Amino acid sequence: MKRLLRRYWDILRRPSVHLSFGFLTIGAFVMGILFWGGFNTIMEATNSEKFCTGCHEMRDNVFAELQNTIHYSNRSGVRAICSDCHVPHEWTAKIARKMAASKEVWGKIFGTIDTREKFEEHRLQLANNEWRRLKANNSLECRNCHQFDSMDFTKQSKRAVDAHSTQLARGEKTCIDCHKGIAHQLPDMAGVK
Amino acid sequence: MRKILTALLLLPCLASAADFYDRMRGNVPLDQTTAPPTIVNPDNSDVRRSRNYAMQPPVVPHKIEGYQLDKNANRCMMCHARTRTQESQAPMISVTHFMDRDGNFLAELSPRRYFCLQCHVPQANLNPLVNNEFKDVDTMLNQAPAPGAAPGRQKK
Repeated sequence: MKRLLRRYWDILRRPSVHLSFGFLTIGAFVMGILFWGGFNTIMEATNSEKFCTGCHEMRDNVFAELQNTIHYSNRSGVRAICSDCHVPHEWTAKIARKMAASKEVWGKIFGTIDTREKFEEHRLQLANNEWRRLKANNSLECRNCHQFDSMDFTKQSKRAVDAHSTQLARGEKTCIDCHKGIAHQLPDMAGVK
Repeated sequence: MRKILTALLLLPCLASAADFYDRMRGNVPLDQTTAPPTIVNPDNSDVRRSRNYAMQPPVVPHKIEGYQLDKNANRCMMCHARTRTQESQAPMISVTHFMDRDGNFLAELSPRRYFCLQCHVPQANLNPLVNNEFKDVDTMLNQAPAPGAAPGRQKK
């Protein structure tokens, strides 16, 4: 093992014989740009609505439900797509979420929720995953658009002011504590606090 | 003779087609589709309205658009359930809602009361299709008896 590492180390240490210094540095620079650009392009492609609704599990269940909600169609024409709520915007967190999503690829291959019945069976678990994530990051994905500092309490209904000016302002509660089931149907809520 | 009879029979039909009017349909004849009215903004003031009679189910003074009410979840009960009222400051569902049809008290909302919208409805500022002449009991009691009204019971 040590000898193997030693051999590769020696190759890396040796100056190149045939390739020019310029080719190596400029080539590495160009390849770097291509790799990084390609990586991020693919990353963005997996964030698109088209990608998310590419499989019937998403298209027929959660996406169909989303279409009736205010986050999909509303008076001002602003739309939140899947990744706006389910994928963090910040790079490190995004990569972490994308790595966690490899579990979802597993689920797709083995058909964990490939029928409506199976999906309904897993609905509570799936919802819990998202509630837990949003609870842990203080509803970060909600706050990417809905910022507390920009809320005008005089434009909110009395109930909304009562909740937002007290428990949300004090940080005792976060968006997801009350706003569950706003973009998708709720699972069986028996036993859910 | 027959022609005159037919004309006479058709006359009321033609007349009624011309001045057809319905509170809900307007002038649109029955065989045509009416343009649907615009969707209204329901009352969202959170001000409780007084009831018109003691047993009236209170109306909903807030928006309930998109509230889920099915086998899985009851959005109304997320604020109006007994255990949620301290946090939400919403009025608790009345004690009758815990009773089954035999009058036994259950631990929580009785299944026969599950569908809130059967009795409790949101309100919108609209012109009623049929004018409502309902008077509540206080108005009736304070009203001076009309002259020539049917004699009361004590006269018998």
